[in-house]
Amino acid sequence: MIPEIGHFLLWLAAAAALVQAAGLAGRGIEVLAVPAACAQLLFALAAFAALTWAFLVSDFSLQLVTLNSHTLKPTLYKFTGVWANHEGSLLLWVLVMALAGAAVAMAPAPLGPRFRARALAVMGLVSLGFFAFLLLASNPFARMLPAPTEGQGLNPLLQDPGLAFHPPLLYIGYVGLSVAFAFAVAAMLEGVVGPRWALAVRPWVLLAWGFLTLGIALGSFWAYYELGWGGWWFWDPVENAALMPWIAATALFHSVAVLARRDALRNWTLLLAVLAFSLSMLGTFIVRSGLLTSVHAFAVDPARGLFLMLLLALYVGGALAVYAWKAGSVPEGQGFEAFSREGALVANNLLLSCMLGVVFIGTLYPMALEGMTGQQISVGPPYFNATVVPLLLVMVVLMAIGPWLSWKRSGTAHLPARLLPAGVAAAAATVAALALFDVRSTIALLGFAAAFWLGVASVQILLQQRLTYAAVGMALAHFGVAVSILGATASGALQREALVAMRVGDAVQMGAWQAELLDVSPVAGPNWTALQAELRISRQGAEVATLKPQSRTFTRPAMETTEAGIAALWQGDVYAVLGRPDGFGKWQIHLWFKPLVRLIWAGAFLMALGGAVALAGRARVRLPRRRSGWQGAFAPQAAE
Amino acid sequence: MNRRALLLLPLLLFLGLAGLLLVNLGRPQQAAVHSRMVGKPVPEFALPGLDAEAGLSSKDLATGKPVLLNIFASWCLPCQVEAPHLEALAARGATLHGIAVRDAPEETRAFLQRHGNPFARIGLDRGGQLMLAFGSSGVPETFVIDGRGIIRYQHLGDIKAADVAVLLRELERAQ
Amino acid sequence: MAAKPKQQRLILAVLALAALGGAGVLAASALGDTSTYFYAPTDLAAERPDAGKSIRLGGLVKTGSVSRSADGLTMRFTVTDNVHETPVSYTGLVPDLFRENQGVVATGSFAADGSFKARELLAKHDENYMPPEVAKALERSNKATGAAQPPAA
Repeated sequence: MIPEIGHFLLWLAAAAALVQAAGLAGRGIEVLAVPAACAQLLFALAAFAALTWAFLVSDFSLQLVTLNSHTLKPTLYKFTGVWANHEGSLLLWVLVMALAGAAVAMAPAPLGPRFRARALAVMGLVSLGFFAFLLLASNPFARMLPAPTEGQGLNPLLQDPGLAFHPPLLYIGYVGLSVAFAFAVAAMLEGVVGPRWALAVRPWVLLAWGFLTLGIALGSFWAYYELGWGGWWFWDPVENAALMPWIAATALFHSVAVLARRDALRNWTLLLAVLAFSLSMLGTFIVRSGLLTSVHAFAVDPARGLFLMLLLALYVGGALAVYAWKAGSVPEGQGFEAFSREGALVANNLLLSCMLGVVFIGTLYPMALEGMTGQQISVGPPYFNATVVPLLLVMVVLMAIGPWLSWKRSGTAHLPARLLPAGVAAAAATVAALALFDVRSTIALLGFAAAFWLGVASVQILLQQRLTYAAVGMALAHFGVAVSILGATASGALQREALVAMRVGDAVQMGAWQAELLDVSPVAGPNWTALQAELRISRQGAEVATLKPQSRTFTRPAMETTEAGIAALWQGDVYAVLGRPDGFGKWQIHLWFKPLVRLIWAGAFLMALGGAVALAGRARVRLPRRRSGWQGAFAPQAAE
Repeated sequence: MNRRALLLLPLLLFLGLAGLLLVNLGRPQQAAVHSRMVGKPVPEFALPGLDAEAGLSSKDLATGKPVLLNIFASWCLPCQVEAPHLEALAARGATLHGIAVRDAPEETRAFLQRHGNPFARIGLDRGGQLMLAFGSSGVPETFVIDGRGIIRYQHLGDIKAADVAVLLRELERAQ
Repeated sequence: MAAKPKQQRLILAVLALAALGGAGVLAASALGDTSTYFYAPTDLAAERPDAGKSIRLGGLVKTGSVSRSADGLTMRFTVTDNVHETPVSYTGLVPDLFRENQGVVATGSFAADGSFKARELLAKHDENYMPPEVAKALERSNKATGAAQPPAA
């Protein structure tokens, strides 16, 4: 009964979305937008609760539960199993969309109720499409009779906290960008693009961006410790699908800052707002349609791919058509000087766009080539490293300089003194890497220099007096970028690796580290058996950790997985993977020492924290409701 | 520079992309591998059966009457989904034999109890070698074998309601 | 310096196009250098890529072809598409689902002596899944040898 109620509630939610969308027609229907958005949230929440209930009580008469759950699953994973599948993740998607709609409806409307109704109508229209997809092509409440007595869903790879909480974070990020999308379309229809619009959209972009950052970082961390390949980013299409909206969102809130402060970049900001959410939808489409081969394979139904494709074409094509038609009538904004804060932000936007472009090309080119010539290729890390890393390095140089430029017109005389500490730190880091750590790769040396250059420059800003929240947030986030770059560079350039076949009792030396194979023994878990190696890790003779990598064999479903043994030390991680026996008493062991690798994720956390701080600032200064709230934005006293 | 044309550019680029995606969606996504064994005699084999029951051997597939050979496993969900259609085939006079792949006998038995047993004979292929010898790349798959032990037709994936008639027709043709 | 907004916009647009063009060139050249092409053994019989050029080789692991060397780390096996065969050597951990007569994609390159050295093996997944490239390659070689195709239903 409860699943039928859930199904019915989904229809009600779709009806609420329809009412919301009808506001586009005007004629007074728009007064219903706010209550409709709230109703949509209630219905979607109740439908989600109904599905969650079915998972928690293991109602195997639901096909979805049978396929994705099992009575033996721990309760936590029964719960997260709700969205660890196609239908459930779409239900989560519409739930988050409803949440965003209700948030827009309840939050103050700085641009007036008419604008809010327009924006809510656009959001309702987007929701409606996804409700249609859910109800017509991916019904999560479909029954399966007779009900099996046991479920199929014990996939061990999916029973992991990292993977369990990665999709909700990403979805909040993806869908948060739908607010910016709706605001952009509404602004074009209403012709109200300007600083006030920028201030209204900024918190939503920051919020979405923060969640995207956390979601991507969590996904990367999961891949690092769960896949047992020793890497943390594989430039896999599914990863790129999440990275592209992130890059667009990053560019967006930087250009929103220019629009808010200087009333410039109007059309550009609108385009970015449309693009950011379009890329989110494209990402979902790529993952769900199975068009791109990926390690994160999903079962694929071409009909669903076509449906998603139509939605994508409708929304993105529609928004871009509005853009082509309306953006020309947006009055031109202000011009500006090259040497100014806005000039630096434009450069940032150009570089981010280039980055977005190369990632986009690299992700979709294999598919395009296969479509046209039938030739099968793969584009992997060498391509992305060769294109993204140089762009990133140039951007880091600017990221340290930009904050020292003032708005409108900036002198440059004060720059050398301001940048001296960062320059010294970068030079010192390079020399240290060369002399102490024997780093010879140019890219790695540049990476160390970039991390210290940006890190020191950002800390310097934090040491200034009279900082606004926005400035603290910006400096924190930039510092986070520096920390991540340091982690990525150090864990790559200073990594030690050993691939050995050892007998029990053998030891292997890896740089300053020594690993001794103490034992290999069978162990058993609730639904698996494993061979577990015990490796004693010592550094210069002193024992520091014992690693227990496993090679697991799961029953029901029959599956083999590798559990890496990881010791997190202050210098970095020691990472071990156990391979198969060679048949002569030796065991294959792959060992890595990855210095400072955890800084990668710590940096991402700092970025999100920076976003949160900037957001807190918005919440505070929005109360006076006047533009004067923004006058306090950080600008170092230029030595003019 | 014509501003209007510039504003139209994103839309045009997107339309190009959408066209590309559409073309790719139209192509088959995961090419299924058809067996090279179609048209050839079944490989020689003799599999044990469940408990005391007789197993399945290549001789059982060459008795003069065309049969269906279904490759299944208790851990395979599509196999559960197609179970009613196998029953329908049996009810309409087809002789079915089953090969349970990589499955423990007690689990196979529980599966048959729950989802019905349309099979005349069942062979246990615990290692999955025979499945490979048939050129089958997954479960479930169903083969039509004529009375002389020659594989005539291969059905990939689960049998849906519409496939029942197709398989009956293939059995007819294999006479 | 104080250019008119109009003029500035033009400069900006030119700069933007130049930057994007630069990125395009960067992307195109990097694509040319780093794309790894997919080959089945039959493709290799027709045309062999230069030594050192990274490719992906896909097919089935030939039954009975897997052997290990004395160091316990290097493994040799043969990749087949049922028509042609390519011997492969691989040093490293063997993926969980690497099995004889199962699909495999080996990323690596030919050495100067003509042997194929794999850097990475991808063997996925469960019974019902085969890397799509491998499935397509097998299908192609089936067609090439005129193996009987099932009649269209």
